[in-house]
Amino acid sequence: MNNRLGEIESQVLWNRLISVVEEQALTLVRTAFSTAAREAGDISAGVFDRQGRMVAQAVTGTPGHVNTMARAVRHFLDAFPIETLKQGDVLITNDPWKGTGHLFDLTVVSPTFKDGKAVALFASTTHVVDIGGIGASPSGRQVYHEGLQIPLMYLAREGRMNEDLLGIVRANVREPVQVVGDIYGLAACNDTGSARLIEMMDEFGLNDIDELADTIISRSRQAMVEAISKLPRGSWSASMTVDGFEAPVELKGTLTIEADVIKVDYTGTSGISSYAINCPFCYTDAYTAFGVKCAIAPWIPNNAGTLDSIIVSAPEGCILNAPHPAAVYARSVLGHMLPDIVFGCLDQAIPDTFPAEGTSSLWNLSLVAAHGQTGHASEIKTPFNVTTFHSGGVGARPRLDGLSATPFPSGVRNVPVEVTESITPIVVWRKELRADSGGAGRQRGGLGQIMEVSNREDSPMGIFHRFERVKYPARGRAGGKDGATGRLSLKSGKQFPEKGLHIIPPGDRIIIEMPGGGGYGDPKARDASLVARDVEYGLISEQAAREVYGSK
Amino acid sequence: MTHSTTRLAVDIGGTFTDLVLDLGERSLSAKVLTTHDAPERGVLEGTDIVLKQAGLKPADLDLIIHGTTLITNALIERKGARTALVTTEGFRDSLEIAYEHRFEQYDIYMERPEPLAPRPLRYEVPERVAADGSVLLPLDEAAVERLAERLVADKVEAVAICFLHAYQNDAHERRAREIIARRIPEAVIAISSEVCPEIREYERTSTTVANAYVLPVVERYLRRLDAGFRDLGTQAPLLMIMSSGGITTVETARRFPVRLAESGPAGGVVMALGVAAQNGIAKALSFDMGGTTAKITLIDDLRPQYSRHFEVARAARFVKGSGIPVRIPVIDMVEIGAGGGSIARTDALGRITVGPDSAGSVPGPASYGRGGTLPTVTDADLLLGWLDPKRFAGGHIDLAPQAAESAIESFVGGRIGLERTRAAYGIAELVTETMASAARVHAVENGKDMVGRTLIAFGGAAPLHAARLAQKLGITRVVIPVGAGVGSAHGFLQAPISYEVVRSRLVSLAAYDAAFVTDLFASMRAEAEGVVRLGAPKADLREERTAYMRYRGQGHEVRVPIADTSSETMRLAFEAVYRALYGRIIPKLEIEVVSWTLSLSEARGLPARAASVAASPAPARNGTRDLVDPVSGKTVDAGVYARDTLRPGAPVQGPAIIAEAETSTLIPGGFTAILNGAGHVIIERDAG
Repeated sequence: MNNRLGEIESQVLWNRLISVVEEQALTLVRTAFSTAAREAGDISAGVFDRQGRMVAQAVTGTPGHVNTMARAVRHFLDAFPIETLKQGDVLITNDPWKGTGHLFDLTVVSPTFKDGKAVALFASTTHVVDIGGIGASPSGRQVYHEGLQIPLMYLAREGRMNEDLLGIVRANVREPVQVVGDIYGLAACNDTGSARLIEMMDEFGLNDIDELADTIISRSRQAMVEAISKLPRGSWSASMTVDGFEAPVELKGTLTIEADVIKVDYTGTSGISSYAINCPFCYTDAYTAFGVKCAIAPWIPNNAGTLDSIIVSAPEGCILNAPHPAAVYARSVLGHMLPDIVFGCLDQAIPDTFPAEGTSSLWNLSLVAAHGQTGHASEIKTPFNVTTFHSGGVGARPRLDGLSATPFPSGVRNVPVEVTESITPIVVWRKELRADSGGAGRQRGGLGQIMEVSNREDSPMGIFHRFERVKYPARGRAGGKDGATGRLSLKSGKQFPEKGLHIIPPGDRIIIEMPGGGGYGDPKARDASLVARDVEYGLISEQAAREVYGSK
Repeated sequence: MTHSTTRLAVDIGGTFTDLVLDLGERSLSAKVLTTHDAPERGVLEGTDIVLKQAGLKPADLDLIIHGTTLITNALIERKGARTALVTTEGFRDSLEIAYEHRFEQYDIYMERPEPLAPRPLRYEVPERVAADGSVLLPLDEAAVERLAERLVADKVEAVAICFLHAYQNDAHERRAREIIARRIPEAVIAISSEVCPEIREYERTSTTVANAYVLPVVERYLRRLDAGFRDLGTQAPLLMIMSSGGITTVETARRFPVRLAESGPAGGVVMALGVAAQNGIAKALSFDMGGTTAKITLIDDLRPQYSRHFEVARAARFVKGSGIPVRIPVIDMVEIGAGGGSIARTDALGRITVGPDSAGSVPGPASYGRGGTLPTVTDADLLLGWLDPKRFAGGHIDLAPQAAESAIESFVGGRIGLERTRAAYGIAELVTETMASAARVHAVENGKDMVGRTLIAFGGAAPLHAARLAQKLGITRVVIPVGAGVGSAHGFLQAPISYEVVRSRLVSLAAYDAAFVTDLFASMRAEAEGVVRLGAPKADLREERTAYMRYRGQGHEVRVPIADTSSETMRLAFEAVYRALYGRIIPKLEIEVVSWTLSLSEARGLPARAASVAASPAPARNGTRDLVDPVSGKTVDAGVYARDTLRPGAPVQGPAIIAEAETSTLIPGGFTAILNGAGHVIIERDAG
């Protein structure tokens, strides 16, 4: 297998390296402040070789970070070649185009030194609670509205922190203690990784990890090649229309399977938006690669060897390769749709395998009561600004119904109603599965959910609408029907179809009906006992059973 | 409970049922295969065996302490009662929607486990309590009356009632129970404000439903077991061990059976605690490796790590978030699918993987000759010469080396071009590496490390793998206690009668009401005492208070033991814990308490320090065996020693095997083992 390392030793070292990055990631999660990082694992951590190739990565909550960070380290090494780095140097950026897609994510990279020589790099990313600017709003028009920009730079030189940078951060963000705390947390978790790596190298008598990195990357690459070689060769296109912000957006992808790589190109996709739903290319790359990997080789560890097998491209200026200074805060709205495009292409190559379209974009509730946003200070009894994570239904699979109220491709998890209610005056009156929202099919799409929310206090409340699949549904596959579209309305009747901030007057309630996933296969072919169960369980109405599923 | 009585401990595990008979001055043990169809059969069979060994009759027993996997199994196999949930209108799907989470990032075919109460049996009642305990909507009693009729019509066997914020105001739950019980006097009803009065609706509902679900099963089992013991001829009272490592009466076990979910392994940690006390070990790592899994627990300053997070019946074994969450007091352990029965195979990248699935007792490892064909860790251990095929598991099972060889050859070695002994070595190395990784990650999660720890290893498979595991963790000292092969059952005998009570009350230290907190603890003490006094009517009691605290805005709390409840002391205690966990505190952020617990237990002293022993000359070998040294990977000639003939203070140089009835201890080259004054084997790495 290789020259110096024995087979069993290589395998043990590979396992150990994964354990090293898991420790690095846990160190970060434990110290993180933002709910996204802590509750949803919206972080990433990994170890890279001297060339900037990712060798091992912790399995954490969101593919968006996981795959963008893998590429980010090369940008760092382009700006700061490894031979110029010294022990104790730490690098940082939140550049959306070179990091992970929006300003809220900070990426920190630290070289590991052994006997005076840089042997590896550790990188980590986290989502901070605030980055200044317009805040967590989809309504920014340029990246300049969205907060503080930190170009690729030193966070520390030879162990001395860059206090100038930290001072600028403190002055620009709304929660300086927490954000600066998170920056220290990123640097500290990289240090944990470095220390563990050195211990491993000492234990096994290694002076470098080059050979180990080659082994891991080449074996992973080889495994990807084997997986790809079993697939049919060819080129397939798929497109999908989604709501967008000021106008519908057409997402179009062409997937090509070659002998040893899979290429995905987004030529034909709509141009950029004037609002914050634009995707920097790195984010497009990340979610596309995630979709491909889920589809063809979920069991192969994520590293440079795996990711180099997936080549993504998008024309400069399209909404999936949005140039500076486009606003990008809500890049996940479209980024999360990309695995559906990948599955749409692959379904033509390998039928009867991939899920129907799902809700895909998250239906997080960002609720706010604040001066200047929901009224004047005098009208606001208790100001709050809270985001809870929620999801609609996932698409049906060829042999399994879709998961209800579950995120895909994101890996977040929700915040309990009781916790939200204990820290805000919010009351959730209803949070239940939404009958008939799952697309009908031989396999039924996952159901969305309905939530009904009010402010206990006699005071207006706002909701940031950045929800997708309100106008264009998640489509069924192979004869399956579309999932229900989502809906945002007041209990008193008014509907809010458009994205942006909407106000719930005192005493009224907001009703959030989340979309369902698409169905798979002809509904008339659904097992009659499953249709009967769905009726008994109240997941579909008797009318739908009769009219759509053809039950007697 | 004095030690002059005759006490029997029985631990039903996934593969074996272990028994220890404590006669005060000595103890005897036995190991039989677990009889999953009717677990009491194995218990009674084992009781008979161990009593015969002692030359005693069943009537001589004074007390029986029991731990069982019955609850876990009922949840895994879905063999509980037909259970209904009664909940707040608008929230019947909390149990199904769970965390809105995929526990497998890359698996597009992932499935969630079905809820224990199916949707048609999840009923809603108009009522609503707010987060502060005030009533937003009064309980619709007429609706509850109608509901009671439905429960009868739907042939429901057990009912769980869980209303939003009932941890804060339990009036609606109590009233609903009253109304249902009036209509159905024989109904089994669990209410969330009693089972788990803790914030977070999904977890509280899940815990309450799981409790209701297993209640009738446990009731029936305890009745059968009781009848069995009576037929055998003993009237000895029965106590049950809980997941917290304390023991309780059958009455409490019947009301809150879910607290017994992972009780056997907790017994092992109690034993390790005793061993730590006897040997003056301030920082220990308890390592329990049996037939199905390995469990690792941190013990610092004679206190194991505690938690209230536990998950049963994981759909994807050992994957966090794939099971049924239950919020009960537990000893915090990381469980890994790495036991003697764990199955070894190769993956698409040609890597050896071990577990998490196990061949269990049926069909068992290939070498058991009971129909298993897949290679396991035990098969690898046998091929490496670490096991004596004639003396495995107390001699109850004859191992067949050829079956192990061909299984490893066909499913591992042959597939990746490794000669079979090398393949066996690879299996042993990787299973040990997996356990080492889990231990390291667990330590990091808890803000701890491995520096200066002593490994305390027990369970049938642990003493073979302990020294190598220690080496991978940078640990230089290993203790293999007396009775290591049946460690958990030994622990049962040392466990105190105890009970823990929880309340969620959000209290900010900035607006702290000391009188409120004092009253809260007084009511918790009264509740705990009511339970503990059933089993320990006269004993001195020890009380421990804990606050679950966080900075306002954070999503998770940290567990803070509190000595007194003034706000300043609590702040300092919180900051000390926070700093230990996260390396820093955050000045100026508001601190709040989310939940409070009070644990009350019999004040039982830990064992005294063992006397030191004088060195004595190296013992004579009872034999020799060729084996593969786990450290060097080379085949060596190892001495074999019988543990019961070793004299304290006599050094055994590795490579060597120390054999006893239920297990064998492997001492690699470069390590030396010595029996200490308490009869424990201490293995240390040689200097240099």
